[in-house]
Amino acid sequence: MARKKATRRRTSSDDDGNARAPRPFWSGTLTFGLVSVPVDLYPGTRTNRAPLRMLGPKGEPLSRRYFSQKTNEDLEDDEMIRGYEIEKDKYVPVTDEELERLAPESSRDIDLRRFVDLQSIPPLYFDRSYFLAPSEGSEKAYKLLAGTMETEDLAGIATFVMRGKEYLVAIFPENGILRAETMRFPDQIRSPKQVDLPEKKKVSAAAVKKFEKIISQHSDKHLSLKELKDERTEQLMKLVAKKRKQHKDIVEVEEPERDEGKVVDLMEVLKKSLAGKRKAA
Amino acid sequence: MAARAMWKGDLKLGSTKVPVKLYSAVSDQTVRFHILDVKSKHRVKQHMVDADSGKEVPNEEIQKGFEVEPGTFVVLDENELASLEPEASREIKVEQFVPPKEIPPEYYDRPYYLGPDGDSGAYFALAEALKSREKEAVVRWVMRKQPYVGAIRADDDYLVLYTLRNREEVLSAKDLPRPAGRAPDKKELSMAKQLVELLKGEFDPKDYKDEYRARVMEFVEKKAKGHKPKLHLVKTKRKTTSLNSVLSKSIAALKKQKKAA
Repeated sequence: MARKKATRRRTSSDDDGNARAPRPFWSGTLTFGLVSVPVDLYPGTRTNRAPLRMLGPKGEPLSRRYFSQKTNEDLEDDEMIRGYEIEKDKYVPVTDEELERLAPESSRDIDLRRFVDLQSIPPLYFDRSYFLAPSEGSEKAYKLLAGTMETEDLAGIATFVMRGKEYLVAIFPENGILRAETMRFPDQIRSPKQVDLPEKKKVSAAAVKKFEKIISQHSDKHLSLKELKDERTEQLMKLVAKKRKQHKDIVEVEEPERDEGKVVDLMEVLKKSLAGKRKAA
Repeated sequence: MAARAMWKGDLKLGSTKVPVKLYSAVSDQTVRFHILDVKSKHRVKQHMVDADSGKEVPNEEIQKGFEVEPGTFVVLDENELASLEPEASREIKVEQFVPPKEIPPEYYDRPYYLGPDGDSGAYFALAEALKSREKEAVVRWVMRKQPYVGAIRADDDYLVLYTLRNREEVLSAKDLPRPAGRAPDKKELSMAKQLVELLKGEFDPKDYKDEYRARVMEFVEKKAKGHKPKLHLVKTKRKTTSLNSVLSKSIAALKKQKKAA
């Protein structure tokens, strides 16, 4: 079990919404007005790009471990701490607890203080997507909020602190489920001026017309989802299938009790959670 | 400070080419922590070990494999993996134009500014055309041996290129069951609607600031000087009251606030 903890540490710092954790990524409270809705937050995206596993010379599955440069010993989760480099090779250690306590009380809830038109948010702000599921008997208040936002076609905006970081978030319903899209803060977005893009020149009407014509010719009402398919993974899968058929380069290892690399189906976890059966997961 | 272009290419629309430069539109402001060995306070390193025995495996002995079923791997060598790399290209190819709302927020990944490379006439004309037609271009390109799907939008006068997540990377709410539980009644719905209406406004990014980041930095600096700032214990409170009374209290409070403002 200790090994598993060590893995979680690695993923918590870069918040990559990977599909391993069957537990909610975060649990907290969503509020609007004085209504509070306890929720569990789950990743809404998963990494699909490199489903490859690192193997040893005999095909044995490998794990990534942290080790001390001083003793060369592998380190468990409780043998490591976060540190801020204040000058070269000099670090100020900061504990999880300190980070948690630094968050003002008001920042620990997702307080929806403003509701806006989702389409009015420039995509420059969108960062990463999560799902919020009701928890602890909050289904009714959850459904009330999701239902109201759905009919009014609105997104709720809030800031909150989660796992040592402050997030700006837009929350909006989709199929009765609340999606939480984390957003960049304005100071994380460069302006065209900061990038030093040239000032707009007067353009010829003919050139604009020419492009408008091209746009009209290649326009579709809907996004074709096949445009968004991952061609590289598809090719990889083809190669894998071919080699498997030819019985080439296949290694079999005894299946040990492994925590790492075990892919938990995030969709299944979410389904259970939405059906109010999270404890079973 | 002028940013440096990270990539150059040609945006291809039919037979027309618009030469562009690519710049990151994001400036990372995260407080960067390193992972330290708690005893020595030195930075830690990573290595790969046998998952069972914990024995280190040197880099040159590592192979990559795809797990076809639990415990069975198909090993892929360097050459095979290289054969999967897309052909290098400088072309950003437009696949289709769609209305912006066709691409849901969860697909947007990272934004980049496109700037004109050389003559800017075609560049600004394209931005204007995208704006007037209210369209977004869906594009594909290859950058640093990676294939990308993206969207190009006009943001004010400039073109912004977004990398988009693959379909397989985004979980769809449509594949999930609607949450269980009793549906709210009419009265609750009408009060919730009133409450949301009172909170309706415009999205103005200037209203939001990462205040926590500054608190963390302040804390780190104090600690570096040998101070140990006092921090309060986190209390979690959770009270349950009837939805009805909470809704009406919220509405009353907000109305009062509005009047006062």
